[in-house]
Amino acid sequence: MRARASSRRRSAQTRSRFRLADLTGEAIAGLLQRPGRSALTVLGTVAGIGGFVAIVALSQTAAGQIGKEFNVQDATQVTVNDTGARSGPDGRTMDFPMNADALVDRIHGVVAAGVWWPVNFGNISVSALPPSADGTKVGLPVSAASPGALTASGAQLAAGVLFNQFHEATAQDVAVLGKSAAAQLGISSLVNEPAIFIGGQPFTVIGILADDPRLAQFNLGVTVPESAALRLWGSPQPAGPAQMLIHTKLGAAQVVAEQAAVALQPDDPKVLTATAPVNPAQLKKSVTASFNAVFLALAGVALVIGAVGIANTTLVAVLERSSEIGLRRALGARPRHIATQFLAESTALGLFGGLVGACLGVLVAIAVTVAEHWTALLDARIVFVAPAAGAVIGLLAGLYPALRASTIEPADALRR
Amino acid sequence: MTSPSSEPPVIQLSAVGYTYSGPPPVQALRPTDLVIRRGEHVAITGPSGSGKSTLLNLLGLLDRPTQGKLEIDGIDLGHASERDRAAVRARHIGFVFQSFHLLPHRSAIENVMLAFVYADVPRRRRYAEAMSALGGVGLARKAHALPTELSGGERQRVAIARALVNRPSLLLCDEPTGNLDTTSTKELTDLLGGLHGQGATLLVITHNPVVAAQAQRQIRIRDGCLSEQGPALPHDPEMLRDQRDPWTQEDPGAHFGEQNGGSHARPGV
Repeated sequence: MRARASSRRRSAQTRSRFRLADLTGEAIAGLLQRPGRSALTVLGTVAGIGGFVAIVALSQTAAGQIGKEFNVQDATQVTVNDTGARSGPDGRTMDFPMNADALVDRIHGVVAAGVWWPVNFGNISVSALPPSADGTKVGLPVSAASPGALTASGAQLAAGVLFNQFHEATAQDVAVLGKSAAAQLGISSLVNEPAIFIGGQPFTVIGILADDPRLAQFNLGVTVPESAALRLWGSPQPAGPAQMLIHTKLGAAQVVAEQAAVALQPDDPKVLTATAPVNPAQLKKSVTASFNAVFLALAGVALVIGAVGIANTTLVAVLERSSEIGLRRALGARPRHIATQFLAESTALGLFGGLVGACLGVLVAIAVTVAEHWTALLDARIVFVAPAAGAVIGLLAGLYPALRASTIEPADALRR
Repeated sequence: MTSPSSEPPVIQLSAVGYTYSGPPPVQALRPTDLVIRRGEHVAITGPSGSGKSTLLNLLGLLDRPTQGKLEIDGIDLGHASERDRAAVRARHIGFVFQSFHLLPHRSAIENVMLAFVYADVPRRRRYAEAMSALGGVGLARKAHALPTELSGGERQRVAIARALVNRPSLLLCDEPTGNLDTTSTKELTDLLGGLHGQGATLLVITHNPVVAAQAQRQIRIRDGCLSEQGPALPHDPEMLRDQRDPWTQEDPGAHFGEQNGGSHARPGV
């Protein structure tokens, strides 16, 4: 009885084991048994994981490129356009109130704002000499602008001053010339308060712009106060409706754009449409999304194929190696040991596919980046997540084959 | 050392039977009593379909009896958990199969070391012990050969080394010479005889009368019934002459039972 009791104790103490080192060794040996098949099996996973990594890397890189090319100036400009919905019988319309600059200036985040519109369409000539002198007439664009519009356009002066609220309020016949317009008209100095004649009407030149305002119209042509233009030529024509330029603080453009139309036309904001620059963050997202939509679907299909491939190969291995399974059971393996071994094999396949896929994906992304002269951007985490994802796919793919393997009866398996 | 009477037998079957659940149900093994004591060399013979494989699967804990009580080394294992049965398979039973069941992509010593994986033997001890087991079957020089590079007899000796490497209480051999030529069969029977001489408990299922004749006890199984025969003479001319089918003769033995088995009890080794 004593011997029996001690035997039972010994048996209970020492159950059969399957150590991690043994598990790893057996799984690797199982895979290396048929290296060609193992390599082919992981192709789907390599393609899937590699695709994911390449797509994510490329979309991150592309989004980074967009961010770089977005300059601050563009990101802080909002335009409000007149839809012309309330135009009169002649088609002319002016839906911006006279105090539009002041109304929009009150919106938080606005630096400067003003209305402008093109005045002439070839029928109004500009000359540096009075009409009676019959001097050279130059075809220059003439714009009407509120003082705020010039400021909002980022206009810098080369000489003189910009017209201001005084000129606007009193509809002074003053003009600001773009640099090239001044050169064309032969005006280089403001010392003698030169005059120009727009459609025969004399205007005093009070300022000459430096290069690089936002609107070429101002830089190339002649700009006069809004009130003077209205007095002389009436409301904006349908071909050149009035537009408001709003210069906002960085990051405020979207919010200002939402509020501008209501601030200007509280009774009928729909006649005006405000356009904000595309939010860089949104643009990045949309670029990523467009990449994602097509290619991530393809990579997903490749991953599913990869998972099915691993599942299939592991199942075939289970059926092929049923006598090995029987032998292992006879050597003391429990069903769970058998299941773990095949799970480890499929997981190792997935992990290997993920590793190779991540490497190839990064290489592809770098190749494209170099070809496009971009700066490669890649979240480093993806390099670690990708093989782990491959391992998880392998683990999932191995579940059914492992279950099958663990339920094989050793007595049946050994008979083969 | 405990006296032979107090030491539990290596195998003790009490009314163990096995019925395939059908339909129709087939009784592959009728309720049987059997005792195999330590150090015995037992041959089980019988025609195909007689229940040999069923008995082997039950004794090897690869299948569970549908009735009765099965004890190995005094541990009731017929109804034990798979965990306990697997542990006993790992340490108390060594298997030798007709088709060797060596893993084809692993060398002889790697095949032997496979027996250590589930028996929880520390890795640093494995190589030396496997090499010593291969030396015991005379294959130390071919330890790194693949099974495909070994003859049938050598493969079976690798399998025997694998079965013995954990020093099991019982060596279960299922047609160990079934795939071997006469020379290899001779080598193998000599090896088994030597193991018996060293005190191993052997249970050999065989069709080969020479292999069976070497055993100290012969048990015939027929239609699921066990019957004990007296110790055969190693060179029984009648058995050797009628090798093609020695089982066509009428079974002279009575149904085998515990009382018969007890008479063959040997002193403990």
